[in-house]
Amino acid sequence: MHEGIHLSEPLAFGIGAGIFFAHLPFIKVSGVPGTTFRTWPGAIFKRVAQRLKISVHTEKFRSPEKAMLALDKVLQTGKPVGMLSSVYFLPYLPEAFRFHFNAHNLIIYGKEGNQYLVSDPVLENQTNIAPEDLAKARFAKGMPEPRGFMYYITNTPPKIDFQKAIQEGIKQTCFFMLSPPLPWFGNRAIGFLAEKIKSYPSKLPPRKASLYLGNIIRMQEEIGTGGAGFRYLYAAFLQEAGEKLHRDDLIVMSHELTAIGDDWRNFAYHAARQMKARQSDLVSFDELSALLKHCGIKEKDFFQRLQKVKW
Amino acid sequence: MDINEVPQDSLHYKGRDQLKKLMYAVDQKGHYTGISSVGWEAENEATKQAWDAVEEELQQTKAFVLNGTLSPIAYFMRLKLMDVGLLASYVGKWKWQVKRHLKPKVFKRINSKTLKRYADLFGISVSDLINFGKT
Repeated sequence: MHEGIHLSEPLAFGIGAGIFFAHLPFIKVSGVPGTTFRTWPGAIFKRVAQRLKISVHTEKFRSPEKAMLALDKVLQTGKPVGMLSSVYFLPYLPEAFRFHFNAHNLIIYGKEGNQYLVSDPVLENQTNIAPEDLAKARFAKGMPEPRGFMYYITNTPPKIDFQKAIQEGIKQTCFFMLSPPLPWFGNRAIGFLAEKIKSYPSKLPPRKASLYLGNIIRMQEEIGTGGAGFRYLYAAFLQEAGEKLHRDDLIVMSHELTAIGDDWRNFAYHAARQMKARQSDLVSFDELSALLKHCGIKEKDFFQRLQKVKW
Repeated sequence: MDINEVPQDSLHYKGRDQLKKLMYAVDQKGHYTGISSVGWEAENEATKQAWDAVEEELQQTKAFVLNGTLSPIAYFMRLKLMDVGLLASYVGKWKWQVKRHLKPKVFKRINSKTLKRYADLFGISVSDLINFGKT
């Protein structure tokens, strides 16, 4: 982050309570039920700003012209600007990633000649983008519509209370994972999805079952930063938090979550084999279901204990 | 996951191997570090499967356009990875209007202004759109 605050990706993810799980069979994304391993777009940044008491200016626009003009104005003051975009219109990404996905955050930190300088979280290095492409990406249609949404930091507090911010982030995470009474959200949804997978071979044609499995893997590994559907990223957060606050219990919890992440990877590995086989083999779907259920049970126990950590 | 277990399975497909992603893994001392990875077999297969499904559907749609069941708009819509809802919001029409435009009979009667809108969105000329599949 900028403006004199040093904040690593894991720390921001943890304070912003980014880790989550949901499976929504009634929301179909190109014919496949939606699964997510993270919270909704925009929420992480908003919570981090609130918890660290950073003032942020956010803005949406009616027209691309106005949106680009406003961006240039802020860039002239030297501030980096975050914004929502659709990956479909980002030429610097490989075609393999370019679906119509509108909730991608990127940061523009300057303008050189007629090119904007981009810092994109999925890239190792900085890159640039032409104004026409950026305007298209910022005004993509579909769900959710970015409508040029952009944000930048206007003010930072002289001193930041990390202890409180981390504590609030962890508490909120545990609440979101454990408390939703509906089967589609939080930890409960992992068991729910496991049951669904068990019924795939009897309810779906092999091609569909295979596509459904493929989508879960993609959400977990392709979208999930750091691997294992953000579980490693959150483990890295717990470790950093433990070191920052001199809390050995958080570091122990970090190791536990790493092991759970390994279980998720194991599930994805076997799911990929099943996906490729395209056979409605009852036994292997049962096994897959059991692997997933195992992740759910371990995570439930994990978050229950994390919730009880004394502060 | 240990850093020496981070997979480096590259996939030479639609530029996938052009991009390395950041993974989080633990080093020998049990400490988390970021490490870049070119990909993982399981993930690669899922990525490829999703594109195979897109390609399959595109070929199916193409066949329907060629045999006169669907209008060329259906083909270009699939080519641009869109569905009816998304295409409708891009051309500023209602969903039911776009759905009608997918019928060859209705397609023949679309006015030039609307055709231009579709063609611009697809990045082709109006004649490319009208004459698709007529060679």
